[in-house]
Amino acid sequence: MGECQVNTETKGFQPKIVAFLCNWCSYAGADLAGVGRFQYPATIRTIRVPCSGRINPLYILKAMANGADGVLISGCHPGDCHYMSGNYVARRKFALIDSLLKHVGLEEGRVSFSWVSAAEGVRFAEVVKGVTERVTALGPNNGVFKVEDGGGTNE
Amino acid sequence: MNSIIDDIRKTARQLLTEGKVDVVIGYEKGSLPLKATPCFVRSPQDVDKLIWDQTCENNLAAFVAKTLGKKAIIAKGCDSRALMVLIQENQVVRDDLYIIGVSCQGVIDQRKIEAETGEIIGASITDEKISVQGMECDKEYSFTDVKDVTCQTCRYPNPVLEDVHIGGSIEVPEQATLFADVIDMENKSDNERKAYFKEQMSKCIRCYACRNVCPLCYCQECFVDCNSPKWLTGGVDSAENLLFQTGRALHLAGRCVECGACSRACPQGVDIRALSRKVNKDVKEMYNHESGLTEEVKPALNVYSTDDPEAFLVKE
Repeated sequence: MGECQVNTETKGFQPKIVAFLCNWCSYAGADLAGVGRFQYPATIRTIRVPCSGRINPLYILKAMANGADGVLISGCHPGDCHYMSGNYVARRKFALIDSLLKHVGLEEGRVSFSWVSAAEGVRFAEVVKGVTERVTALGPNNGVFKVEDGGGTNE
Repeated sequence: MNSIIDDIRKTARQLLTEGKVDVVIGYEKGSLPLKATPCFVRSPQDVDKLIWDQTCENNLAAFVAKTLGKKAIIAKGCDSRALMVLIQENQVVRDDLYIIGVSCQGVIDQRKIEAETGEIIGASITDEKISVQGMECDKEYSFTDVKDVTCQTCRYPNPVLEDVHIGGSIEVPEQATLFADVIDMENKSDNERKAYFKEQMSKCIRCYACRNVCPLCYCQECFVDCNSPKWLTGGVDSAENLLFQTGRALHLAGRCVECGACSRACPQGVDIRALSRKVNKDVKEMYNHESGLTEEVKPALNVYSTDDPEAFLVKE
């Protein structure tokens, strides 16, 4: 244990990334990465959602408010949605969210979006590696949305 | 201007006497100078309360869904666009609505006047001249100098949906660049923008006046009032204020009609438009959509195309 702590201190910052994964593709992709033993950094905290269309912009904002260093959102590739059009509708929403968050001063790379299918275990590992690298480079949550007392989740 | 008021009153009287509507939603003189207040006229005797001038700044579409019965409403360009969105979203029954359209030349930005004269004690408007008595000094303004920022860039002063039109229509000047204010903002560095929004949000006291005055913020339970999940704490924190304002701006994406009611209602002078204008610009650029112009075109976020832009995706 002691060694572990020394390690994290010397290695520096380990980001916490909230990953919203769609049940049908990206979650299965993450599962495949695990079954296939493809290594990726243990930085993500997965939340399974029924569809990327289920993502409410507030989920992203609230994750940032509660101190997440990054947010990853992943769904089925366009055309492959289990519900036919969920990710098409989500895509319009994501483009606007991404643009607005950058506008108000959130760094590029803090919130990431991707499409990962159930067959892309290797790619899922790649995405997580890439996102982790970028968030690590940015450092801890910059506080544009971070609420100091942790967002009062247990008031 | 006076003939417009006469025509409004005449139309309202006729509608009420004939029993075509139960209530006429319009403006009356407010208790504060340069501030008209919404009024609900239910009997023909009261129609003389109705006024129309550059102080009629509320978006009356906000009251339509909350008012029972058949109603007539006095609608400016932005009010009519809001009504169009409400009809598209099935919040209002078109047959219950009689729209009295009036072309609008813009409303007065009192904050601009108060910055110079102090609190406004009295004021009178004659055609294009506004004489103001303030706490600190008296001053005369020409209307174009104190026009609200929203109205300066307004492209739809004429109602897009109406049953009867009162007064003339207004010619819309061609604008060289749309969303010039947003483009200015985009050209600033990330840190400048971050600092700007932080400063703006530190002014917000989360009174929710912006939400209450918005014709399209009609959710039965707004996310800010929701206890479970609890999106916002009770405290006032600039980061949390930004969460509220961005959350609201995103909720209005593809729906906002840019009436500017939120900015005018804000007691703290927060630049709320900076967020909604940015979203509106994105919606226009990405999906070529402007809300509330025709009933046939569905809101941008209700439809999709297989070749929508996806530049926001990660590189991997």
